[in-house]
Amino acid sequence: MSTVITLSVLVQNNPGVLARIAGLFARRGFNIESLSVGPTEREGYSRITLVVDSRDANTAEQITKQLNKLVEVVKITEMEKGQTVRRELILVKVKATASERGDILALVDTFRGKVVDVAADALMIEVTGKFGKIQAFLEMIAPYGIKELVQSGSVALARGSKAITDRSRDKTIRVNR
Amino acid sequence: MTTMTGAQSLVKALESVGVEVAFGIPGGQVLPLFDPLFDSSIRHILVRHEQGAAHAAEGYAMATGRVGVCIATSGPGATNLVTGLADAYMDSVPIVAVTGQVPSTAIGTDAFQEADIRGITFPITKHSFLVTRAEDIPQAIAEAFHIASTGRPGPVLVDVTKDALNGTTQWHWPIPIELPGYKPTITPHSRQVAQAARMIAEASRPVLYVGGGLVKAQAAQALAAVVDRAPMPVVTTLMGRGIFPDSHDLNFGMPGMHGTVAAVGALQKADLLIAVGVRFDDRVTGDKATFAPGAKVIHCDIDPAEIGKNRVADLPIVGDAKLMLTDLERHLADLELPDRSEWIEYLANLRRRYPTWAGDKGDGALQPQEVIRRIGQLAPEDTIFVTGVGQHQMWSAHFLPHDQPYRWLTSGGAGTMGYCVPAAMGAKVGCPDTMVWGIDGDGCFQMTNQELTTCALNQIPIKIAVINNQVLGMVRQWQTLFYNERYSNSELHTDRYPDFVKLAEAMGCVGLRATTEEEVDAVLAQAMMINDRPVVVEFVVQKNAMVWPMVPAGTSNEEINYARDMAPTWEEEDL
Repeated sequence: MSTVITLSVLVQNNPGVLARIAGLFARRGFNIESLSVGPTEREGYSRITLVVDSRDANTAEQITKQLNKLVEVVKITEMEKGQTVRRELILVKVKATASERGDILALVDTFRGKVVDVAADALMIEVTGKFGKIQAFLEMIAPYGIKELVQSGSVALARGSKAITDRSRDKTIRVNR
Repeated sequence: MTTMTGAQSLVKALESVGVEVAFGIPGGQVLPLFDPLFDSSIRHILVRHEQGAAHAAEGYAMATGRVGVCIATSGPGATNLVTGLADAYMDSVPIVAVTGQVPSTAIGTDAFQEADIRGITFPITKHSFLVTRAEDIPQAIAEAFHIASTGRPGPVLVDVTKDALNGTTQWHWPIPIELPGYKPTITPHSRQVAQAARMIAEASRPVLYVGGGLVKAQAAQALAAVVDRAPMPVVTTLMGRGIFPDSHDLNFGMPGMHGTVAAVGALQKADLLIAVGVRFDDRVTGDKATFAPGAKVIHCDIDPAEIGKNRVADLPIVGDAKLMLTDLERHLADLELPDRSEWIEYLANLRRRYPTWAGDKGDGALQPQEVIRRIGQLAPEDTIFVTGVGQHQMWSAHFLPHDQPYRWLTSGGAGTMGYCVPAAMGAKVGCPDTMVWGIDGDGCFQMTNQELTTCALNQIPIKIAVINNQVLGMVRQWQTLFYNERYSNSELHTDRYPDFVKLAEAMGCVGLRATTEEEVDAVLAQAMMINDRPVVVEFVVQKNAMVWPMVPAGTSNEEINYARDMAPTWEEEDL
């Protein structure tokens, strides 16, 4: 049984920190489904959102613990289903003849996407949303002909007022959950 | 504030964290560092190969409990440290490696002697730094020593570019450590420890399974106090040998692939394992599915990632082993403990019936087991023993006395052939008044013996016993048992070359040789008398001697043989 988990990892923004994390996953045989990284509201810190396919609960625990051992990893939060807002973003270039253009625009509207570039026979569309919504949109648009697709990793924030950068004295270390 | 070069600040930072000794070799990019090192209070020992520097730093660290230091230049100098760093990582040895790097402007250009040593060593270091500015050097050194020596110890690499060494900076010290992501849990949770005490009080067949973590935590006394308070069987892993005296009735020896029948039996039949400073390594557990099938597990380690990694823990305790055992003893004092004499007698019976076998006289050549036993008998009580890896290592684990803690240095997790000579050198530098005996194999010895020249030139009078069976013994043993006696590439022909006595003499050591039982005591007596030079004693021993007991790789511990095709019978009726 595979369990997909989402981890938010707060790291010191030092050169090489991403290589260290990627190397750890490679060495320990963990699989990354998606990864996105960017600066946070706190200077010197980056936040990495990792979606990981952990084979079982024990692997999920090992991933968290091994990540926690990295000196530059400051905090790890597992994003709980139902308590988390998560988004992905796609840019997709779709073939669009004059006769199909109206139908495509209606689809974009339904999925609350945006047309961000128009060419004579193609449209570039931006859609954000949860994984399921993105997949549904891509299914609907596929028959028109997808010329090019780029997809971001997942980003996620926990609901409520707390922030991962709230200073906590200890790293979150979970043992045998 | 004083203005100085980055290199001067590096040396001053090393002095300020208390470094007295470093092992290394200079080279192009690290030359600026060696200039101020020339005037420093730090004793720098010029080794013959950087691998030797890394193992010497390990030996120094293990023998003294302090951080070992090695220094190398960029590129090949740095990559030669890799084996030692990997070894230190596997066995949690606190060392700091300082490497020179090409100037920051040349990084990424494939410059002469450029290697991304930080990238290469990501998976085998606890942490690493690449320092490109002179003003960042003292901070990196302070943090490197802090990280190497606290929590679960380990190797830390500080790679410093030549322009950082040559740049100028303002010296200031001390430096506040700024590591928001590094806060090891030292103090175990008292409620968890109290629960551990209750579980011990309720168990019928508890076993203390202890290892290298107790050595790092210097927890020998705390362990002895727990066993005094709650007498129960103890097994000590390869890395934990000596942490509890072998002469104690409750020590059933080393568990695992080459463990004693009693120690393996103890783990397999236990109903509770109190695992402290151990990591359920595959060499201990054998097939994990059948390991200690009836046991609940209390697992204490300073590294939370070890808990639950290989075996689910019923009670996890994160923290320092000494603090945990000290706290445990206090909690046990409040509890009424059941009589365990039947359990202890069961294991004592196994020990009587299946003593670790010291081999046959065979073809008249020396028995390696007896030679090692004799070294242990004749050496002073506080001798530091260092080994290489293979058959001689397992025999040393069994047949040396192991009654003193912190006197046993061996390459466990990584299994690094070539560890012995340089690690013995490092140990002797750290403990100049203690006798240091290296027990090495003829294969291992030929990997790193050049450091004996270093020893001879620097008044480091170690003693090395070369247990020469003319073959890669452990490889040959597996070929005998599992490859139809097809001895592919395991014959070293050391009966022809090299001549170990001449080799030793060529390197400035005394070279001795024993081929008969009568000669053993004589050469040992002679070797122990010599204190002004290193000594190499070659013992020409049987080629076919094997290490027993043995659990074949990947099989259950239940499959242990105490000699070839001889399996113990477990008397289960009383359990």
